[in-house]
Amino acid sequence: MAKKYDAGVKEYRETYWMPEYTPKETDLLACFKVTPQEGVPREEVAAAVAAESSTGTWTTVWTDLLTDLDHYKGRAYAIEDVPGDDTCFYAFIAYPIDLFEEGSVVNVLTSLVGNVFGFKALRALRLEDIRFPVAYVMTCNGPPQGIQVERDIMNKYGRPMLGCTIKPKLGLSAKNYGRACYEGLRGGLDFTKDDENVNSQPFMRWRHRFDFVMEAIQKAEAETGERKGHYLNVTAPTSDQMMERAEYAKEIGAPIIMHDYLTGGLSANTQLAQWCQDNGMLLHIHRAMHAVLDRNPHHGIHFRVLTKVLRLSGGDHLHSGTVVGKLEGDRDATLGWIDIMRDSYVKEDRSRGIFFDQDWGSMPGVIPVASGGIHVWHMPALVSIFGDDSVLQFGGGTLGHPWGNAAGAAANRVAVEACVEARNMGRELEKEGKDILTNAAKSSPELKAAMETWKEIKFEFDTVDKLDVSHK
Amino acid sequence: MSDMQDYNSSLGDAASRKFETFSYLPSMDADQIRAQIEYIVSKGWNPSVEHTEPQNAGGSYWYMWKLPMFGETDVDAILAECEACKKAHPGNHVRLLGLDNFAQCAGASMVIFRGEAV
Repeated sequence: MAKKYDAGVKEYRETYWMPEYTPKETDLLACFKVTPQEGVPREEVAAAVAAESSTGTWTTVWTDLLTDLDHYKGRAYAIEDVPGDDTCFYAFIAYPIDLFEEGSVVNVLTSLVGNVFGFKALRALRLEDIRFPVAYVMTCNGPPQGIQVERDIMNKYGRPMLGCTIKPKLGLSAKNYGRACYEGLRGGLDFTKDDENVNSQPFMRWRHRFDFVMEAIQKAEAETGERKGHYLNVTAPTSDQMMERAEYAKEIGAPIIMHDYLTGGLSANTQLAQWCQDNGMLLHIHRAMHAVLDRNPHHGIHFRVLTKVLRLSGGDHLHSGTVVGKLEGDRDATLGWIDIMRDSYVKEDRSRGIFFDQDWGSMPGVIPVASGGIHVWHMPALVSIFGDDSVLQFGGGTLGHPWGNAAGAAANRVAVEACVEARNMGRELEKEGKDILTNAAKSSPELKAAMETWKEIKFEFDTVDKLDVSHK
Repeated sequence: MSDMQDYNSSLGDAASRKFETFSYLPSMDADQIRAQIEYIVSKGWNPSVEHTEPQNAGGSYWYMWKLPMFGETDVDAILAECEACKKAHPGNHVRLLGLDNFAQCAGASMVIFRGEAV
């Protein structure tokens, strides 16, 4: 029977709280951590989040009755305690797939993390996880090449790849910058990288940088007989300029380019990723601004969501944190989002902060990049944590070698190969790391010097954002 | 500066040419090769042997030695093929691969006998 129009403000829970609802396979599911204002019942707050992130507004409107709102509305279907934190709770919300434009993570985020995050009934709100139905996943373009294709393009098998971010991050001329790349690549790195801040500043315009870096790649390839790349950052003020830089990188034969997906924007990123796929280019993704969104345990968007969003929007590499270096990152949580980057099916696992099963269908994986405050002494732990399908990136840990970049690169290359060889032989890297490196240093003076330089450097601060897995 | 070492590598010196995984380590002895074969077998990968003239090592395609050893798990049998390839092509690099047919990508690839640098 048709409904009658009844003007006024209704409680959200009358329409949007449906604890009896069983989510459909095609629903997009979200888990929010909700911190309500005092005195507001949980069901009402959860329903409000469902409403404000889908079809609802604060009052009934007559046009609601022109459609079948029950078909389009989001449904709050479950509430759970957050272990060890009484100030907040988890709300699980199911959204019908019809609410979202195909292939548009932009559209999904605009709904899920839009107005609702400023909603007055909430003190804070955090999007913890999204289950994208495989039907939606298959509408997205995803990573341009994927892990296996990258290995075939770059000819790197059975070990993590090695990178280095060129420092100082700002202020070098293009020719000096190319020198720093060349030295690192000839010493044994697979990749060097533009720092994210390097776009096209007055001290080094992008085209000069691309030209000198390409010469560095070519000479290092001829000298070592190995394939090399440099992440040419094409992040730009407009997407037209971004595409111009990408086209030029392809024209001069660069294998890989780079984009900052959050500051550059998701529309631009998706466009660039599709272009990369069509043009056989690899795409490295930086994540500047992520900590603004993901570091506060009560408000924002968890990095595992930003990881899923990037895999759908498209990128072949994504910075993941190192666990052991200078930047924030809990080990279990990091292992969780590394799985989200690489695996084709990820099971719910609360001990890793994963709230939903996630089926990626035939979408290729993304290679996690460990970068920030790491050096040769971290190598055994890094190989153990990240495995082969990773890029280990040493900036200061290459360039800060007392004999220069080439020696620093060689030290890292010897160290990673020694760790992989030992792992393959069944040795426990995190226990026997010192022995393994010390033995490898016998035939590598570069590694020996690196081990003497960095032995004492440690970053041991507690993680701010911990997983909510146990009562405190 | 006296204790600083020069990084010795150049276009003119053939010994500067590397050949990817493990080429920055000293060449493997018999026990080390055996351990790597055991690793490939333990992963369920298909062992495969390839070789090339050292000056052509940079390409994607080396010469296959026979066909990949699908389903072979006998370490001695695999080792014997590696040795046979080396004997037939003494100046060439000989590499051992572990082909992962699920990923459709080599899970391991390493030069186990090094040819002469040219």
